[in-house]
Amino acid sequence: MADIILEMKSITKEFPGVKALDNVNLVVERGEIHALIGENGAGKSTLMNVLSGIYPVGTYTGEIYYDGQLCEFKTLRDSEAKGIVIIHQELALIPLLTIGENMFLGNEFKNKLGFIDWDRTYSEAEKHMKQVGLYESAQTLIKDIGTGKQQLVEIAKAFSKNVKLLILDEPTSSLNDEDAKMLLDLLIEFKKQGLTSIIITHKLNEIIYCADKATIIRDGATIETLVKGVDEFSEDRIIKGMVGRAMDDRYPEREHNIQPEVGLEVRNWTVHHPLYPERIVDDNISFTVHKGEVVGFSGLQGAGRTELAMSIFGKSYGTNISGELFINGKQVHLKNCEAAIKHGLAYVTEDRKTNGLILGESIRFNTTLPRLDKVCTNGVIDRDKEVKVAGDMTEAMGTKTPTIEQAVGNLSGGNQQKALLGKWMFTEPDVLILDEPTRGIDVGAKYDIYCLINQMVANGKSVIMISSEMPELLGMCDRIYVMNEGKLLAELNAKEATQEIIMGHIIRSTK
Amino acid sequence: MASKTKSVSVSKGGFAQKTLDFLRKYTMVIALVVVFILFYFLTNGRLLYAQNMSNLLLQNGYVLVMACGMLLCILTGGNIDLSVGSVICLVGGVAAVGITNLGWNPYLTVLLGLVIGLAVGVWQGYWIGFVRIPPFITTLAGMFIFRGLGRLVLDSKTVSIQDPRFLNLFTSYIKIPGLDNDERLLSPIVVGVVAAVYVIVSTYLSRANKAKKGYHQNSAAGDYGRSVIISAVILWYCWLLSQYKGISVMLVWVVAICLIYNFITSKTAFGRYFYAVGGNEKATKLSGIDTNKIYFAAYTNMGLLAGLCGLLCVARVGSVSGQTGTSFEMDAIGSCFIGGASAYGGSGTVGGVVIGALLLGVINMGMSIMGIGDSWQYVVKGGVLLIAVIFDVVSSRKAS
Repeated sequence: MADIILEMKSITKEFPGVKALDNVNLVVERGEIHALIGENGAGKSTLMNVLSGIYPVGTYTGEIYYDGQLCEFKTLRDSEAKGIVIIHQELALIPLLTIGENMFLGNEFKNKLGFIDWDRTYSEAEKHMKQVGLYESAQTLIKDIGTGKQQLVEIAKAFSKNVKLLILDEPTSSLNDEDAKMLLDLLIEFKKQGLTSIIITHKLNEIIYCADKATIIRDGATIETLVKGVDEFSEDRIIKGMVGRAMDDRYPEREHNIQPEVGLEVRNWTVHHPLYPERIVDDNISFTVHKGEVVGFSGLQGAGRTELAMSIFGKSYGTNISGELFINGKQVHLKNCEAAIKHGLAYVTEDRKTNGLILGESIRFNTTLPRLDKVCTNGVIDRDKEVKVAGDMTEAMGTKTPTIEQAVGNLSGGNQQKALLGKWMFTEPDVLILDEPTRGIDVGAKYDIYCLINQMVANGKSVIMISSEMPELLGMCDRIYVMNEGKLLAELNAKEATQEIIMGHIIRSTK
Repeated sequence: MASKTKSVSVSKGGFAQKTLDFLRKYTMVIALVVVFILFYFLTNGRLLYAQNMSNLLLQNGYVLVMACGMLLCILTGGNIDLSVGSVICLVGGVAAVGITNLGWNPYLTVLLGLVIGLAVGVWQGYWIGFVRIPPFITTLAGMFIFRGLGRLVLDSKTVSIQDPRFLNLFTSYIKIPGLDNDERLLSPIVVGVVAAVYVIVSTYLSRANKAKKGYHQNSAAGDYGRSVIISAVILWYCWLLSQYKGISVMLVWVVAICLIYNFITSKTAFGRYFYAVGGNEKATKLSGIDTNKIYFAAYTNMGLLAGLCGLLCVARVGSVSGQTGTSFEMDAIGSCFIGGASAYGGSGTVGGVVIGALLLGVINMGMSIMGIGDSWQYVVKGGVLLIAVIFDVVSSRKAS
């Protein structure tokens, strides 16, 4: 009988309007490295949040058995007390505190008087740092060590909490190859000492290198668990599991009437990171979008797609942007978002809550915001006209809401997305850039949004669609550009492209 | 999910829900009425003497003007302007020294005062809007700098101002020949009746317009009830004014400023951008709005209004010293927050701010009439501010 350390049984977790996890099962044996894989939004992080108590008991259904006991975690602390420690993709370290302070933040050693016992703090910190092979003074500030070492601090911190099950969410995404390999070797070393790890990663070569088992999650459901040495354990096999869902009629038919005229052309577009100008985020990218065409951009998170779109949209991201931009055949220089909107560009942002909508304000307010001048005479808002156009737009988008005075924050995800789309449709764009237009919304709302996209191109507009969901791109686009690490890898005809081909391009360039 | 069900229950809710919504919407108005009644009894009715009621608005006029400007700053994200009191000292000082000591033309001096205020606003707005220096720090620096400059101008003395041409611009009372004479003052009554009729007629016209275009209507009882109450308050106040000196020019300034800013914030695209920036700056920027300019505008405008306040203050007090305007900014900030402006920005109205300022004003006046000293007034003001904001935070938390 295998020694099971963790068993998650039929976990189901719903968010308003969307089922993030549907009957997910996960079994982890003691002393193994278990990889959890799936596309962006498949539900990996949600599952780990359920496990660690970030989503407390009662907000999900299903059972968690840890060391054979039924666990009902109410907070992160409950799970940490059992030795389950999660290290998030975005490191939770405070840059201006020392390594030691960070490691014991919230669990400070105190002397009899209740003051912090600094000697003990730092000696304990250094003890755990040695365990993970980090030879620095515990009094070094976090900001003075590199990301690779910061990752080690997180692991050392986990050891200080007496970790038995270590969960790493994309631990190598911000590391270079050398640091990444060191980290993976460290995990293998810990495994020999009996530590169990769950690793979430997109980098399949890493999984092949270090994992014993891989559980694949897709659309919030477990697909299969592959075991090294038993099943075929190759990248191709894993990709197949990740993307192999049926392509039914989730995408509305449209007549393809791509016109010869080019709606948007980008030549030799290069963008540098706004904070670290030496880092190139988008490297010499050229592409075209015809009128009446839907063009997709595929790639993993951090491929530079959002950055590309935002830098085109009135330089709203990046520094040292170079390259040429043509709208309807004419070269344009867009110095800000206002200019971009005036030239018929619209960018429907990736994150509707933080970048897209003003949640506390009404649908009416949000809809007219980018082109308030359309409902104004001499700067004075014509309220009647505004109510009319916002109402019409809400109807055209099919947003479900009692009134247009409803605060958008009170709408479901799908309806928020429709309100956001309505806001940008209101600007009457010639080129519509959609960034993850269907993230976190249910199937019905997705279908509605696809129909709206079809309507746009039927009217001779150009649509750019950035999406991490490959089936969506394959189902909706005429052409697909594949990007990875800031480079344009390939241009594919959507009819001939498959998820395997796209993934293949990405994986080959990641190595 | 919870918020969604909540919103449905609001629209379909029964009597209890409606009462609750009504209470939430008009909390501060109710609080103002309650405080009025409380002090009416505590002062044995002296609070409502014509002289006191007339002074209530004149004493707090500068707070109202400042609060209108402060509201725009707060809307951008809970940002405040600490330098207002010092700017009052500087502008007031220049006006007093210029007119009294140097014999400047009072009209040009008024203009100069406004220009100085505007220049201060541009200076601070530039750092805050375009260089993104935190407003708190920029205006804290301004608070020191302009206080110091004001004292330099005054040479650390108290300078009085008596030029009637200057005072007439702000503190005289309007006398219309034919309506007003030594025995009776009819002009306030006439103004009151005109305003009251205007309120009711505009309500009627707006409802008729909505009906014609088939828009959603509030209940007739609600709309008319509201306008009748507003008209009654206007009439009552004007009647009180007719019992004591009539309409002050100062009152005209204050009412005009409040109406202008109410118009800007509720009816213009420019005004709406302040709400947008405070609601979600990133989204606003991506909607093609230059958010830097909005910050710049908020603080430039605050400077201009602070300049005007400086002139109003000098005229009302009659003299300026190095201490003039000390901690006035706090009254303006307090009024905004008591009046329901969000400390995180994005919400608040001029109407609310006026209510907030009046609430503070009534408390001050009531306690003064009762002979309770400054010290206790501070304690009570602070308490009211805290309670108002606690109420706001807790009720909005429940609502979401």
